[in-house]
Amino acid sequence: MSATPAQQEEARFSHGLFLFVLIFLLWLMLSGNLALAEVVSGLVVASVVTLASRPHLPLFSGLRLSPAAILPFISYLAVFLAALIRANLDMARRVLSPSLPLNPGVVEVKTRLKSSLGRLILANSITLTPGTLTVDLQGDSILIHWVDIPPGSDIESATRDVTDIFERHLVGFVK
Amino acid sequence: MRLLADIILLIGATFTLLGALGLLRMPDVYNRIQAGTKAVTLGALSLLLGIGLLYPEWWSKLLVIALMILVTNPIGSSTIARALMMAGVKPWKKVETITSERDQA
Repeated sequence: MSATPAQQEEARFSHGLFLFVLIFLLWLMLSGNLALAEVVSGLVVASVVTLASRPHLPLFSGLRLSPAAILPFISYLAVFLAALIRANLDMARRVLSPSLPLNPGVVEVKTRLKSSLGRLILANSITLTPGTLTVDLQGDSILIHWVDIPPGSDIESATRDVTDIFERHLVGFVK
Repeated sequence: MRLLADIILLIGATFTLLGALGLLRMPDVYNRIQAGTKAVTLGALSLLLGIGLLYPEWWSKLLVIALMILVTNPIGSSTIARALMMAGVKPWKKVETITSERDQA
């Protein structure tokens, strides 16, 4: 991707602004009131943190900051929460059953997400999905540990299915 | 509202208990991480939701805590798993590993 210095400067500014607003909102939520002193100290803290994290701002270049990204984000959250609840019910069933049904295995899968932020979110989602744990993330390949390799099916395609569900929604708001 | 909050708190406590049970019952460290992470994440989230129902004025702080847990829990688990993999800890396999361990003992 070739960007002119002016475009880079603009991107850097919008990422900085995004981080600033994010931290300021977090501050307000944690302080829980809108007194002048809180707001002012929040602005100061957000400025300091944004300036201090200047070298890491390119992390946000993976984010699509547009109104069109809101809907995929919400549908991703819904899919994620459903997966988290299914993961827990699945784990509860395994832990409570006397025979302890397990058949672990490790498999590697490629992601088509390009940005490190997107890959981070994908890796975290995989960890909280039924039966899978992200062990390593190197470049575009993710190493995944299975509690129970689905019987009868090909492990590669089973893993592909797990990542596809998240990728489909993630591509809407990260690169 | 009080009853609903209690039920959700109870569900959270139950999942956390199941996570602890999973830590005890699972055969190897990777499976323990799996059981621990999932159960504790959902358990903590439903505990926070239950507290939010009891004390609605705390919702913003609880939301920040929930986001923090959602982001950091899986990262921590993956980091531990990655370190173990790099240290050469092999994942447990059904039957084969058990017999070889008995042979060694």
